[in-house]
Amino acid sequence: MADRVPVSAPVSGDRTPGRPAGPGRFGRLGRSLREAVLGYLFILPALAVFAVFVFYPLVKTVILGFYRTPPFPNLPSRFVGLSQYRSVISSTAFLESLWRTVLFVVFTVPIGLVLGLGLAVLANQRLGGIQIFRTIFSSTVATSVAVASVIFYTLLNPEVGLFSYWLGHQGGAGILNNPTLALPAVSVVTIWQNLGFTFILMSAALQGVPDELLEAARIDGSSQWHRFWRVTLPLLSPTVFFAVVVGTIGAFQAFGQIDLLTQGGPNNHTDVLIYYLYQQAFLFNDTGVAAVLSVVLFVILLILTFVQFRFFERRVFYGR
Amino acid sequence: MDGERSGDVERRGDVERRRRPVGPLVRRILRYTLLVVAAVVVAFPIYITVVNALLSPQQIAARPPTLFPVHPQWGAFRSAFTLGNLGIFLRNSLLVTVAITVAEVATSALAGYAFAFIRFPFSRTVFVLFLATLMIPMEVTLVPNRETIVALGWFNSFPALIVPFLASGFGTFLFRQSFRGVPRDLHDAARLDGYGHWRFLTRVVLPLNRPAIGAFTVFAFLGAWNQYLWPLIVTETNGVRTVQIGLRQLQALSINQTNVIFAGTVLAALPIFVILIVFQKQLVRGLTAGAVKG
Repeated sequence: MADRVPVSAPVSGDRTPGRPAGPGRFGRLGRSLREAVLGYLFILPALAVFAVFVFYPLVKTVILGFYRTPPFPNLPSRFVGLSQYRSVISSTAFLESLWRTVLFVVFTVPIGLVLGLGLAVLANQRLGGIQIFRTIFSSTVATSVAVASVIFYTLLNPEVGLFSYWLGHQGGAGILNNPTLALPAVSVVTIWQNLGFTFILMSAALQGVPDELLEAARIDGSSQWHRFWRVTLPLLSPTVFFAVVVGTIGAFQAFGQIDLLTQGGPNNHTDVLIYYLYQQAFLFNDTGVAAVLSVVLFVILLILTFVQFRFFERRVFYGR
Repeated sequence: MDGERSGDVERRGDVERRRRPVGPLVRRILRYTLLVVAAVVVAFPIYITVVNALLSPQQIAARPPTLFPVHPQWGAFRSAFTLGNLGIFLRNSLLVTVAITVAEVATSALAGYAFAFIRFPFSRTVFVLFLATLMIPMEVTLVPNRETIVALGWFNSFPALIVPFLASGFGTFLFRQSFRGVPRDLHDAARLDGYGHWRFLTRVVLPLNRPAIGAFTVFAFLGAWNQYLWPLIVTETNGVRTVQIGLRQLQALSINQTNVIFAGTVLAALPIFVILIVFQKQLVRGLTAGAVKG
């Protein structure tokens, strides 16, 4: 377009665009100042929100961890330094909740991934009506955690729940009150609710696998099974890795399903880290312990995010 | 299963036929069977939810179970509004979600534009700060954030649900990347034509980046609609509670009203289902943006 030849005259009233006639150091300085001010005006709304609701509270959380919450309200909280961090992190309650969270990750992430990938492969065929299946497979993306949880909670109701009936758990305390089955049940709900997202992710990745490669492998006489393991899967590995990290981060933040299905029970068997934090903060009002738990959660998520970032750097490198 | 796609249909078809002359019909049937089985398993919870919303509580409890509503009864949906206050909850969710979505898109577009096109001091540093927000989820700052909300006098109000989410690090990052795809020449030409930054943003950059904006809009809408933990801890009355928290109350209804519970979940999920159908492309793009863009 008009790179060198101005198409139209500057709009009246607007500041003169383009280069000034002379060297005009002062004008250039003025313009770059205007530019700087404008830049900050543009980022100001977002920056203000981040300052108040992200950075300040993060620092505040770390500081709150240094103060022990008094046993009765309205007493001053006491500065105890790192000792509260030490005592919380070495406490059995914390270690158990961390262990349950790890179990929850192990239950949900690999199975969810395999199922999502399986559905994606299944739907990645040239068949009539395949679009209907794709829509069905991605449908759980439309269910929020709360929607999925309430549906399964009702279907698992020991008196009237259909799934309780089919699983032979009608009557009695019910699956969600069973110490052995509660966490697996919560995991199943989580896997189902995430399935749509995993499917969408894996489908997008599958469609990025170049046809020529599969064609070449086919002409070389490799079987479908062989092609999947040796060509498709290696090419999907970046997305698989992404899904694992994102899934793990999500599992560490999974709150709604616990709150709606088991409330940490029975007997703390589903009391994962985030739920333990919530109980300390808002049910027992122990701000100090909750702050320490928040910091621990933050550090875990930070490590996971770094793993993800590092991996992306590598992928960009390989991609070139 | 083949990893084939719709491109090169003819050629692919020829190769297929030459190499595997036997049993294409059997294969087709097998593939459809697998697809149908998978679809039934995945969709069953949703299907039975809709069915149960149309049955009476007695029919839901009856064994063997009723798997098809022969005489659908729509009363449960009415009860979801009267008993379950779904009307208020849905209105609140819509209000909060639209406000958050519009604001997030606007603040992210402004910031993304600044990082892509405006030279200002410390822009790199500030951009890293924006990226850092991606590593600090709401879950780790709950305690002080609720204190802030209480101190501002916003507890149990719409600002509490909206204001903390008026900006998005992810959106800013996404828009910056996308905006940088606008050719430099276009920028220079616009300047020569007397376009300031504002006009360049609104007349050139935004229209050119409609796909990215659409994808992020759907992504932001979904995220805001599905929020659970934060709304739970900063609200306490139905007047401001969102539908996700409303479901929590609905779930507590007695087992004589299971049909109302199911009807409520249908109503809570419906808006997102509509979005899934209508904006499928944007949704897919939004959800995969993180994975694809890196």
